[in-house]
Amino acid sequence: MCLAIPAEVKKIKGEYALVDFGGLKKDVKIVLTPEVKVGDYVLVHAGFSIHEMDKEEARESLELWKEILSTT
Amino acid sequence: MLEFRDKTTTEALIKEIRKISPENNIKVMHVCGTHEMTITRWGLRGLLPKNIKLICGPGCPVCVTSSSEIDFAIKLVKEKDVILTTFGDMFRVPGTGSSLSEAKSQGADVRVIYGIDEAAKIATKTEKQVVHFSIGFETTVPSIASEILESKTLKNFSIICSHRLIPPAMDYLLSSEDIEIDGFICPGHVSTIIGCEPYGVLAEKFAKPMVVGGFEPNDMLLSILMILKQIKAERPEVENEYTRAAKKEGNILAKKMMNDVFETCDRGWRGIGIIPNSGLRLKDEFMELDGEKKFKIEIRKSQDLRPGCKCGEIMKGKAIPQDCRYFGKACTPENPIGACIVSAEGPCYIAYNYS
Amino acid sequence: METGTAKRTKEELRKKGSRRIPRTIQLSQGAGGSMMEALIENLIAKRLDIKSSFVGSGIDKLEDAGIIDLGDIKLAFTTDGCTVDPMFYPGGSLGSLSVGATINDLAVMGAKPIAISFGLILEEGLPLDILERTLDRMSAVCKESGVPIITGDTKVMEKGKVDKLVINTAGIGIIQGDIISDYGAQPGDKILVSGTMGDHGMSLVALRFGFQSNLRSDEAPLWHMMEQLLNIGGITSAKDATRGGFSPNINELARKSNVCFYVYEDKIPIKPEAKRLGEVLGIDPLSTACEGKIIMTVEPAKADEILETMRHHKYGKEAAIIGEVRRNPKGQVMLETEVGGRKALHTPVGELYPRIC
Repeated sequence: MCLAIPAEVKKIKGEYALVDFGGLKKDVKIVLTPEVKVGDYVLVHAGFSIHEMDKEEARESLELWKEILSTT
Repeated sequence: MLEFRDKTTTEALIKEIRKISPENNIKVMHVCGTHEMTITRWGLRGLLPKNIKLICGPGCPVCVTSSSEIDFAIKLVKEKDVILTTFGDMFRVPGTGSSLSEAKSQGADVRVIYGIDEAAKIATKTEKQVVHFSIGFETTVPSIASEILESKTLKNFSIICSHRLIPPAMDYLLSSEDIEIDGFICPGHVSTIIGCEPYGVLAEKFAKPMVVGGFEPNDMLLSILMILKQIKAERPEVENEYTRAAKKEGNILAKKMMNDVFETCDRGWRGIGIIPNSGLRLKDEFMELDGEKKFKIEIRKSQDLRPGCKCGEIMKGKAIPQDCRYFGKACTPENPIGACIVSAEGPCYIAYNYS
Repeated sequence: METGTAKRTKEELRKKGSRRIPRTIQLSQGAGGSMMEALIENLIAKRLDIKSSFVGSGIDKLEDAGIIDLGDIKLAFTTDGCTVDPMFYPGGSLGSLSVGATINDLAVMGAKPIAISFGLILEEGLPLDILERTLDRMSAVCKESGVPIITGDTKVMEKGKVDKLVINTAGIGIIQGDIISDYGAQPGDKILVSGTMGDHGMSLVALRFGFQSNLRSDEAPLWHMMEQLLNIGGITSAKDATRGGFSPNINELARKSNVCFYVYEDKIPIKPEAKRLGEVLGIDPLSTACEGKIIMTVEPAKADEILETMRHHKYGKEAAIIGEVRRNPKGQVMLETEVGGRKALHTPVGELYPRIC
């Protein structure tokens, strides 16, 4: 289950942040990821940000891909 | 994220899967409706070698919500002057006889919402009681917990707590003698919250590969490839394909909020039975927000499955929708008998629409 | 599952459907999906099927308009009921929607609209300026299309007995050349759409669930564009993709023509914001309404010219060829996905709601 989509934090508004899904914007609650800053990417599920997507992690993901594909 | 659905990468992954795939049948189970949606939306079963079987487990939270819980919600909204909020997934799922959609058509105040904060907002703007039918696995629970913590002073807000947990269900399935599973694709967004460690326990206990998988088609194919590699190397462990969205430790704050507000309990899974420690209930200090305690509604007889309905077997991976005598005949998305044909992530709905 | 079994049982269900209609009307039965089809085909059309020598194509055919055959002249006659909340939204309004729907139903039959009628049901207490703005929008669309409104009716109901304003429109048009029927697609024909799918529906979803976006309704009166296409010729079937949008309407064409519509997913134009909103909420833009788009099949020799002509028109800039008609599997729409998998595209059940799972 679980639809969760990445979005970029555009503005912090207390408990909420205006996030951008790629042209599409919405206020989502950031109480589960209170450390997010403008410019960060978050994963949004049911109107809440549930994960702060680390640029390092995103890079690691791609490295993992390359590694798996190269050893097969 | 384009490489995660790039056709060239797909072709490369399929090629590697074919190379490494053994001769015998390999059964890979997932417990996530969104994973099933990815599989069918992108036609992945047709791309894989015939001996790799992708089995859909009980990963559809509305499919496994007990009829009695749905019956309670329906009776509550019809008999008491409450506003019942629900996520869209649950709207047309039948309980023993009826659904929230039918209740609404008969005048009950049922409202579909996208996030629980909307329900709390409604409660602040009305004198009426607002009750949220709270379904979902661990991905959803923290948001509910956070709203409970914020709204605990609201006298007119409560939830019907129907949450269920994935690792106990996986344990149950892996312990069942009559269910064959060679590997698990673990639900990516549940893992965002709980991390990877709970699956490590299962990998060790049952010596089966566990891979936390993302939701793009190439995420799933890579997860399958990683499982096959573990099988070949006889190295059952937990690996994380979805590192961009799930850390090893998960979301620590979210987990804390879950534990502050809820405690585990045994829970019935529709069509499967009681799975120990697989449910959540509100802790005593939040009892005032428990809708089932707040409203005295008597449910006489609830029936999870009509005789002959195979939803339970299907969700355990022991049957496919086509094995059910009602499937596509008496049971259709327009006129459902079981829950699995209603939810967009239900295995029967997906089979009916995408086969 | 054998496709044959699926088709047979689904066909049986279509015939038996009258027993399966819920005893109270549900919202899903107005949403353009299979529940609505069951209500219309198995109850409404059956109960109202009255034959006459003037009827060229009647209610049993369930086309976008009925045909009155007067020998030298064939007339298309259609009607629409409209109610939408909010009444004014980005890109459109209830007023423009109502007359536009009727103009387009005539256009896709190959008929030049020549007159429209209206019926207004007003709720007591409706502010006058809302009515004025609505009438202005109706007038603007009719003027753009060169179609006069020649008669109408007005009723007022007590407050609470009707939701603000309901508009019924009816329209009559003269068939130019051949009737374009839902039943005419042939194997080998190209499948075209006149632009992006799901704009109207997704723009309303964005509004309802608090998303800020550039999504706007794609409401548009399409007669002038259609007139240019009819002059080229070669259109074998056509539908305007309104209630329910792409999915139910293309399925209806495939079913009625008894052929396979084979479609390439990556060729179907969808606005990126609509796609993204669909991913966030679990709602498929291919199953939400359009209000100014046509799905059509065209003889292969004429397809490129039809496409270019649409693309040069303001309402067809994003037109595309999305697939071809094949013999089998009959009555079905097959979708080839972006990563090369294949699946049948089915009509959704009804109203779509945001999912969290």
